[in-house]
Amino acid sequence: MKPKLNILQLYPRDMNIYGDWGNVLTVMRRSQWHGYEPVLHEYDPGGTFPDDIDIVIGGGGQDAGQDRIQEDLLKIAPKLRALVDDDTPMLVICGLYQLFGNFFRTKDGHEIKGVGIFNLETHGGPERMIGNIVIKSPEFGDIIGYENHSGQTFLGEGVQPLGKLTKGAGNNGQDEFEGARIRNVVGSYLHGSLLPKNPAIADWLIEKAAMKRYGEFTPSVIEDRFAQLARKVALSRPR
Amino acid sequence: MKHMPKPPLPLTTLLGKAVREATRLRGGGSALPGLFVESIDKDFISDCLSKLPQGVVLISGTNGKTTTTKMVVELLEGQGLKVFTNRTGSNFTRGVAAALLGDVDMMGRLTADIAVLELDEAHAVKFVQTVKPRYSLLLNVMRDQLDRFGEIDTTARLLRTVAEHTSDIVVVNREDPRLLAVSRELPEDKVRYFGLDASLRPAFPSDDDMRGRGAEIGRLPKALSVLEEVKGHTAIFSLGPKKLTVTLKLEGVYNVFNSVAAIALVSSILGDDLNPDKLVGALEAITPAFGRGEKLTVEGQPLELVLVKNPGGFRLGLKSFDPDGYATMIAINDNYADGRDMSWLWDVDFESLKPGISHVSGIRAYDMALRLQYDEVEVATVDPELGQALRGFIRTNGGQPKRIYCSYTAMLALRRELSKLTEVEVVS
Repeated sequence: MKPKLNILQLYPRDMNIYGDWGNVLTVMRRSQWHGYEPVLHEYDPGGTFPDDIDIVIGGGGQDAGQDRIQEDLLKIAPKLRALVDDDTPMLVICGLYQLFGNFFRTKDGHEIKGVGIFNLETHGGPERMIGNIVIKSPEFGDIIGYENHSGQTFLGEGVQPLGKLTKGAGNNGQDEFEGARIRNVVGSYLHGSLLPKNPAIADWLIEKAAMKRYGEFTPSVIEDRFAQLARKVALSRPR
Repeated sequence: MKHMPKPPLPLTTLLGKAVREATRLRGGGSALPGLFVESIDKDFISDCLSKLPQGVVLISGTNGKTTTTKMVVELLEGQGLKVFTNRTGSNFTRGVAAALLGDVDMMGRLTADIAVLELDEAHAVKFVQTVKPRYSLLLNVMRDQLDRFGEIDTTARLLRTVAEHTSDIVVVNREDPRLLAVSRELPEDKVRYFGLDASLRPAFPSDDDMRGRGAEIGRLPKALSVLEEVKGHTAIFSLGPKKLTVTLKLEGVYNVFNSVAAIALVSSILGDDLNPDKLVGALEAITPAFGRGEKLTVEGQPLELVLVKNPGGFRLGLKSFDPDGYATMIAINDNYADGRDMSWLWDVDFESLKPGISHVSGIRAYDMALRLQYDEVEVATVDPELGQALRGFIRTNGGQPKRIYCSYTAMLALRRELSKLTEVEVVS
């Protein structure tokens, strides 16, 4: 019997756009390829929050989708914070990245409360930041993706950015940073999907999860030739 | 140019036709002459179209515009009308202007009964500010080119504006929850619906949810025309109290659904003047639009081009065409017209292509190959260069029918390559 890894996708019904499923699929497949049996759990508003979760993945949504999950997210916030404190690896993209912060203030001044896992705030911006993006991360090297957001995110004390911009707008189009890092949580605006073209982050999530549950992680060698070539092409494309 | 007085229509026409001829001689694109006349005379389109006895019909939505427009044109022609249309699939207003330059006489007069135009959502909104369509047809709102439109809900708002500016009748896909919401804000007598029989809904994956959890369907309004049944190439449509049994030349159940849209629209335009026998006759003669399930013959074998522009369209395509017995190629570009964001490939499920496909090509060939790797679909050859990949695809799969799923600019490039090997209809 292969050792199991429980993977939770947060709000697949409402927060699942621009290839967020690609991140879940990548963690599932790579877990398999590394010799684990991934089990997918889905959590939607009003559902039962599963126990024993090893990896949490969340994505972005339409404005309407964010409205639908907002109340529920605050309800499960203590559970999410407990998982973070327990060093559970997590990846949150775009909409849920914003809501993992303290708040999102829309252009018309309406404030959406976040769960405060990241000490950051987001403000609705005048225009969408859209296009290919490349950042350099001390942990993961070059991270390559695509951004499409109007929220401008500013990091507070105690939160590190995920990386420094090489190309693109990043958190707010003003400073030179993208994403956020705390404990084993990665927050970012990068779609692409993020994980398939950045397998180092996927393997890091799986390694953290395996070490935590089983005390060991012996990676398999995965053929990442297509990922390498896709990265190379993406780097050469216009914004 | 801003301060120059507007030239009289015959002069604009003359200049525009000259530019059109010059670009044609140079072998250039179809949009430039359109851009030119738009810049010297912003009323050119409305002046040309305003005098048509049966007015203007506008077709918009994410998927199926070109195919449906072609159908509507042929159905109306089958009823004896003379129809003007923009058939290049250049669904920007400048494409309409360019098409007009080809069809008007030297005085800028258009001899037609009715104009049927396809426009993308953003250009449709721009268009209705100057020309009020008498009829509009709203096909669907799906995730597409969000790098241009931002959000799918924004796209729905664009179509609401189109509906509001339509003077007589708006024909709406009642199966699309966003469009249904739009239609419910319109006066009831202005709206006609087309739809699907409940038994066919599972064949149409919902766009909101790639993972098969269909959206909850509340009570749907009564439709003027419904696709009741599809068996192979035979489809049964209802039209009011009548049932029409039709043998179609079209491939793919989504193209059949587009024909219900066309039937509902044509019947709304003609009312009691509609001749049902001629309608069926014209329907049976319709062939797919270029690149939209278009069938060519290469070395004695059929080769189908299936345009895929967004997750909803790609999913419908994969669901409509059985890969069994076919060699499959996928070609994905990321030029502006294709959308630069590759995330959409991850919102499509490719498992139906297992165990594997023959070729992957296009600028983003490796992104596509990577996507297939994660669905454990094997790829025999990855070659980003389209012409080379196409020739390899044909060579290694001799004696077999072939199918190519391709993004928009990849489709255009492949048709150019294919025209060196076989007869390909020129669309200009």
